[in-house]
Amino acid sequence: MCEPFMDLSFDLTAGDFERAGEASGKIKKTLQQIGVSADIVRRVAIGTYEGEMNVIIHSHGGTAKAHIYPEYTVVVLEDTGPGIADIELAVQEGYSTAPDYVRDLGFGAGMGLPNMKSCSDCFEIVSKAGEGTKITMRFAHKKA
Amino acid sequence: MKIGELIDKLDLEVKTDAGGLEREVDNCYVSDLLSNVMGQASPGAVWITMQGHQNVAAVASLLSLGAVIVGGGAAIEEETLKKARENDITILASAAPVFEIAGRLYAEGLRGAARNA
Repeated sequence: MCEPFMDLSFDLTAGDFERAGEASGKIKKTLQQIGVSADIVRRVAIGTYEGEMNVIIHSHGGTAKAHIYPEYTVVVLEDTGPGIADIELAVQEGYSTAPDYVRDLGFGAGMGLPNMKSCSDCFEIVSKAGEGTKITMRFAHKKA
Repeated sequence: MKIGELIDKLDLEVKTDAGGLEREVDNCYVSDLLSNVMGQASPGAVWITMQGHQNVAAVASLLSLGAVIVGGGAAIEEETLKKARENDITILASAAPVFEIAGRLYAEGLRGAARNA
């Protein structure tokens, strides 16, 4: 496999709603600049934003990384905990553990992980309660 | 329909115009759930919501929406407007209930264009 020709990395702080969307916004702009099609850029932006929100809402903090290859982009969201006890339940549409103040903002409807899954070509979630969560999404730059 | 016409017809208050009043909008989406908007709204849409916090500007920008109408007289945070200006997002406000706003846009010929991501 060839090396990515561009790597972007962003720190995500728990509870920082003010900066939520910065990582996805910058990744979106970069992909636009290198000429990835609008529909694919949109899918990457949606998936990354949902991931960013999850780290901000649910975790102790983490990172968002984008590895841009000529043919595809890989987005990795990694946090330092607390981890997901039941992944099968967490990826079910409508299931959420978000607190009320987050729901009042219009998040926490249990749509984040399903959105991430449906807009990426390949979605992987690895998590261990007490440790952390790592989500990897792959987006082909051209539709198969 | 141009955003400028929409403002005149619905008597909307322009909070940020982003130089986009000549921009054409051709579809509309209504929701207060941000993840639902992320998954379903189409580029160029007019998004009607009662959320006025700053993540609204982030969502509108990421999806390249045409404009946001904050209805029902809901408060719009100053930070939201700041982010909207930075990202060229047009934010409009109305005291009318969102049902009224949506109904009037429908009567003007705008339709939904929900899509699955």
